[in-house]
Amino acid sequence: MKDRLVNIAEWLDSRTGLPTALKKFMGEEIPASSGWHQVFGSVALFLFLTQAFTGVLLAFNYAPTPGDSYNSVRYILTELTAGRLMRGLHHWGASMMIIVVVLHMVQVFLYGAYKKPRETTWILGVVLLLLTLGYGLTGYLLPWDNRAYWGTVVATNIAASAPLAGPYLLRLLGRGPDGIGVVTFARFFGLHVLILPPLTAVLIGLHVFLVRKHGVAPGPGDELLPKKQFHPEQVFKDTVAIFVAFAILFTMAVAVRVPLEQLADPTVASTTPRPEWYFLFLFQMLKLFNGPLEVVGSMVLPGLAVLAMILVPFIDRGPIMKITKRIAATGVVLLAALGWGGLTAAAMIADRNSGANEVAIDYSAPTDWMQLSPEEMAGVAYFREENCSSCHAVGGEGSSGVGPDLAKIAIHGDAGALIRHFKTPEAVRPGTSMPSIALTDAQLGSLAAFLLKLNPDNATALQDAPDFAVMGALVYQNNRCASCHKVNGVGGAVGPPLNGLARRRSRSWVEDHFLDPSKLTPGSFMPAYHLSQKDLDNLTSYLFALPDNPPAPQTPGS
Amino acid sequence: MKDVLPSSETMDNSGTTRRGFYMVAIYGLWGIITAALGLPALVYLFVPPKARRQNEWVEAGDISQLAPGAPVEMSFRRNRVDGWKVTSEKTSAWVVKMPNDQIVAYSPACTHLGCPYHWEQTKNEFICPCHNSVFALDGKVVDGPAPRPLDRFETKIEGKQLLLGPVRQSDQTA
Repeated sequence: MKDRLVNIAEWLDSRTGLPTALKKFMGEEIPASSGWHQVFGSVALFLFLTQAFTGVLLAFNYAPTPGDSYNSVRYILTELTAGRLMRGLHHWGASMMIIVVVLHMVQVFLYGAYKKPRETTWILGVVLLLLTLGYGLTGYLLPWDNRAYWGTVVATNIAASAPLAGPYLLRLLGRGPDGIGVVTFARFFGLHVLILPPLTAVLIGLHVFLVRKHGVAPGPGDELLPKKQFHPEQVFKDTVAIFVAFAILFTMAVAVRVPLEQLADPTVASTTPRPEWYFLFLFQMLKLFNGPLEVVGSMVLPGLAVLAMILVPFIDRGPIMKITKRIAATGVVLLAALGWGGLTAAAMIADRNSGANEVAIDYSAPTDWMQLSPEEMAGVAYFREENCSSCHAVGGEGSSGVGPDLAKIAIHGDAGALIRHFKTPEAVRPGTSMPSIALTDAQLGSLAAFLLKLNPDNATALQDAPDFAVMGALVYQNNRCASCHKVNGVGGAVGPPLNGLARRRSRSWVEDHFLDPSKLTPGSFMPAYHLSQKDLDNLTSYLFALPDNPPAPQTPGS
Repeated sequence: MKDVLPSSETMDNSGTTRRGFYMVAIYGLWGIITAALGLPALVYLFVPPKARRQNEWVEAGDISQLAPGAPVEMSFRRNRVDGWKVTSEKTSAWVVKMPNDQIVAYSPACTHLGCPYHWEQTKNEFICPCHNSVFALDGKVVDGPAPRPLDRFETKIEGKQLLLGPVRQSDQTA
C-alpha cells in the first residue's frame, strides 16, 4: 500500500513537478530571527480565502438585484439552516481582514521590512489594503437595506466631489441624476464578486512571489546566524495564529447578530447614514472640512496618505536596524493610531448622542409580530407579565412539562371559553395545577386573542416581538386608541388609520401631537394624552414600526 | 509529505519530539478549521429551507358537471414559494371522475421528463407527445419510458368545489 502511494507520488512529481515545488516552498530558508511577529501575512491570506468561501456560499442563495437581494438575504437569515452563521462569518470576516491587513502593514513598517530590495512588495501591499477597503465599500450595498442604501449614497457623493474626475466616477459607478438604483447596484456587485476577487488573488500571488524572491526580511545580526526552515516551526506559528483568528471570527459569527434593517427606501429621509466602522474616521474627517474645502477631506488628505504610504520605502532608505532604535517609525505609527482612533471615537460618540431615540428593528429575524393587532400584541405583554412560559412551552421553546405546549394544542372554543379557563382553571379542567390569572376581562381578552393566533409555524416568530412594540401596544390598548384608529385593519374609523404613520409624519410631530392634537391638526377631536416619556417612546416606536400597509385579511378556511 | 521534512540526522532526540508536536498541532488545528467551515457549509447547502408558510388549498373548479371517465383540464392560480419569492402562477390539473365516482387530480407534467401531456378522447388514454408515454385513466403507465404513474394532487371537496393541495409523487413503479 505504502509502495503504491510512493509510486503515485513519484508519477505525479515526474509529470507535474508539484510535489517538488511544494517541498521547496515548505523548505524555504528563513532568517533566524523569524517568529511570531511574522504571522500576520498568513492570517490575512487565510481570511481572504475564508471570505471567498463564505462569499460563494452566500452567492448561491442571493439575487443580485435591488429588492430581491434584500428578500434573498432575509431568506438566508431566517429560512436556511446555518445561513445566519455564513453571513456572520462573511460580515465579521470583512472587519477582521481589515484589522489583520493593517496589523501586517504595521509590523512590516515597524521592522523596516520594506527597505531595498523589497520596495515593490510593500507597494503591492498598499494596493492590497486599498482592495480590501474596496470590498468593504462595495459589499456594504449588497443587502440593500436602509443602512446599505444611505451609506452608499454618501460614498458616491464623496466620489462626486473629486475634482475633474467626479462626474466620470459617478458615470462609472452607474449613478444617474436620480440617485443610486439598479445600475449602481449592478456595478457594485460586479466589482465585489467579478473584479476584486481575481485581482486580489493575482496580486496576492505576486506579493508572495516577491516575498519568496527576496526572502523573508532579516533582522539586524541575522547574517551571522544559521538560517531556519519555514517548515515546521514557522508553519506551526502561522497555524496557531490562524487558528486564534478563526476562533475569534467563529465566536463573533455565532454570538453577535448582524442586523438587517428595513428594505432600502429612498423616501425615508429620517435614516442617518453610517458607514462601516473602519470608514468612520473618513466620515468624521469630512465634517472638519466645509464648503469648497470639502474636497480636502474627501480626496486630498486620503490621497496624500496613500501616496505617503507608497513612498515610504523611498524616503526611509537606511540600513536595517533594531526595532527598538526605530523611534521615528514608532512615532509615525502612534500618531496614525491616535489620529485614526480619535476620529473614530468622535464619530461613535456623536452617533451615540444623536441616535439615542432610534429603535432599530432587526429584520434579520422573522417579523410576523408586525401583523398582529394591538390587542393581540398587548396579549403578548400579559403573556410575559404573567410568566405563562414558566409552565407552557410555545412552539417547542421554553419550559416543558407542567402545562401543554400552547402552539401545539388546538385551542378549542372562542375567546369567551378561554377567558373562563383563565379565571377558573379548576372548573374547566378539574385537577389542573394552573392558577387562576388575576387580570381584568379586557386584559384576559387580549391574552386570549394572542393565544388564538398562535400556531406551530408562527410561535417563535411571535415570541420574538421586541419589547418596545409589546409595551407600546399595551399603552395603545390602555388608552383605548382603537376606538378611533385602525392598526392592521382593526379599530375605529373616526381618526386616520395608523399604518404608514412613519411615512406621513416625523417622530417629533407625533410626540407633540399627543400633547396637544388640536394645535397641530386644527379641528381634531382627539383628546390630549400626557404619557410618561417611556410610554410615549414605546408607543411612538411601535406605531412607526407598523407595516406601511395593513396585511391582507386572511381567507377563512385556508 | 514525509519527503518535505529535513533528514533526521541533524536532529537530536528533543528535536524529534518537538517536531512531532509541531506536526500534530499543524494537522490538528487545520483539521478543526476545515471541519468548522465545512460542516456548516454542508448543512447550509443540503438542509432544505424551513417551510414557514403553510400549504394552502386552492380552488380548482366546479366538479358537479364532470362526466365519469372524461378527464377535464382545469386551470387555476396558486401561490408557489420559490426560494425567497412567492409567485402567483397559473397552473392546471387533469381532473377525472373515476367510474366509482372518486375524484382524482393529476399533475399536468409527464412523470418521464415533465412534458405536458393531454387526453386522447379517441383512444381513452393520456398521451405525452415528447417521448410517447401513455397513461391509462387511472394514471398507470400503459406504454413508453415513463418510470411511474401520473402524480396526484391531494384533493378535498367542499360542495361543488374541488380544492387541491400539494402534489404527491406516486411511488409505485410502472
